Amino acid sequence: MSTLALGLGQLFDGLSVASILLLAALGLALSFGLMRVINMAHGELVMAGGYLMYVAQQHLPGQSVALGLVLAFAGCAVLGAVLELSLIRWLYGRPLDTLLATWGVSLMLQQAARDLFDPTGVEVTAPGWLSGSLAFDTGPLAGLALAHVRLFIIALAIAVLCGMALVFERTRAGLHIRAVNQNRAMASALGVHSRRVDLLVFALGSGIAGLAGGALALIAPVTSTVGQSYVVDAFLVVILGGMGTLRGTAIAALLIGTLSALAETFTSISTAKVALLLFVVAFLQFRPRGLIVTRSRALEEA
Amino acid sequence: MPMPGRRSPLALVAALLPFAALAFAPLYLAPYHLLLAGRFLSLGILAMGIVMVWGQAGVLPLGQGVLFGLGGYAIAMHCKLAALAPDELPDFMQWNGVEAMPWWWKPFASPGVALAAAVVVPSLLALVLAWLVFRRRMTSVYIALITQALALAFATLLISRQSTTGGFNGLTNFDTLFGMPLADDRARLWLHLATVGLAALAYLFARAIGATQAGRLVTAVRDGENRVRFLGYSPAPYKILVFVVAGAFAGIAGALHTLHMGLISPAMVGVVPSIEMVVWVAVGGRTSLYGALIGTVVVNLAKDRISSDWPAAWPYLMGLVYIIVVLAMPRGLSGVVERLAARLRWRSERAAEVASHG
Repeated sequence: MSTLALGLGQLFDGLSVASILLLAALGLALSFGLMRVINMAHGELVMAGGYLMYVAQQHLPGQSVALGLVLAFAGCAVLGAVLELSLIRWLYGRPLDTLLATWGVSLMLQQAARDLFDPTGVEVTAPGWLSGSLAFDTGPLAGLALAHVRLFIIALAIAVLCGMALVFERTRAGLHIRAVNQNRAMASALGVHSRRVDLLVFALGSGIAGLAGGALALIAPVTSTVGQSYVVDAFLVVILGGMGTLRGTAIAALLIGTLSALAETFTSISTAKVALLLFVVAFLQFRPRGLIVTRSRALEEA
Repeated sequence: MPMPGRRSPLALVAALLPFAALAFAPLYLAPYHLLLAGRFLSLGILAMGIVMVWGQAGVLPLGQGVLFGLGGYAIAMHCKLAALAPDELPDFMQWNGVEAMPWWWKPFASPGVALAAAVVVPSLLALVLAWLVFRRRMTSVYIALITQALALAFATLLISRQSTTGGFNGLTNFDTLFGMPLADDRARLWLHLATVGLAALAYLFARAIGATQAGRLVTAVRDGENRVRFLGYSPAPYKILVFVVAGAFAGIAGALHTLHMGLISPAMVGVVPSIEMVVWVAVGGRTSLYGALIGTVVVNLAKDRISSDWPAAWPYLMGLVYIIVVLAMPRGLSGVVERLAARLRWRSERAAEVASHG
């Protein structure tokens, strides 16, 4: 296998990791940007998406991936809405307290997953059309094989990102979201129901986390701790990207996903983790508010 | 909020009485309970550090487990080395096929170096980290998330370097401490007294810092950082100060706890234990040093009882505790006590008023 093919293969793996990170981080970035809420249970929403994918495959006819993803999205969106209405709503303006309370939720959801499903984890089998790979046998890229399932995940992430951008730029709800994001008091004064916007955004972000879980289930077994292993990295993506911007989150996810995949090929996973953290801390020395900053004249910021 | 008479000498004596009572615990506590008391008191030292950083400076640290672990591993490495014959390697290194002692293990053969390292290394890490984050005015949310990532990285690193850190199992099987057999009653007694003494010192130190101008500024920064800036102070040095003190506290706590338990492992330093440490303080009351000590004992005692009898129920209960503390009692048990006390005072004053007019 040529060095070029090897490098491209690594890059491809990095891209697929970045795609899942992006899906996991989008909801976090949205809810932080809009509501200053740090949702530690976000990882468990990813986990729930994975389990819903498994349930769909076990109990719904056809074993359709699309149906599973829809179920994962809808189920997690509902779960997120319940969480917002019952808990998060009472904690606005106290970001560090939302962090602790939602951590409590995540502990309970993890234990619930252990009680409901096989504690050693469940597996989702990818259907036939996703199990092959796009292999190059000849030419300069000989030996490079792109797994269909990873291509699918990358496509899913791009589709979600484009869909979000469309919603934000082209719909009335998106207009309201942007308005509340820029200036909550002014938006409310002009008749935007800001609490309803919060609920919508939180449910949307949770649903996307569910999609991340569904996608993750296609390449790895679903366990009760799968969310926790993603949520810390997802938070790094959010702070590197600059709280609450779509573009910043996307770029940061790409950066962190590919960098950590590359670092893992040269060193070990653990060294890559340390290197990644050092990179983020060093980067924040130059841009303490992340890659893309929403300019504001407000003095006090969370 | 200052309580009346809090700074009087009498209040100080009253505050130190429980420590004095604990010093005599070997006379009236069974060995198992004595061990629990020693462990919880060591953890309480760390909790008082969290009070300074979180309750007084308003920055939530989610990586205190790392600093705790650095203290713990420093003393554990010394205990491993102290039991060895010259040119012998610790047991787990032999099992992992390590040929020669890694260079960074060697200094820990000296007890003085190990003791110093248990305090200095975590303080230094806290200093560097605090300098990096406060210099650029990062918000407390960023700091919480960065320290959490640090906890994840540290635990992953420890687990992956099995041959030199003991990996997932950590370091255990200590025989001697400064020449005394560790299982011996005399060593246990000294360890207990050292723990009580250090906890009392840490309490006094934290209390003294709170009373200085720097301590006042730390609280001022929490309540209105920009106002403090407008008054001409730079907030960073004060925040760095409490971070470093909390780092030293965490290191001391780690060293003491490791000696009490006879074990330090990645399970005590990662993301989950680090955030659990914050909950001890949240339960006790995030602004109260005593509250933190009591919260540490309450949560850990409950964990000791419940997680062994009903392991599946513990996460639900713990999760509920996180939610209830945040929603219903943001100032923890000490807040509840203060509210009750204020109510009682109000009642008795009313009663006196009614009596004098009646």
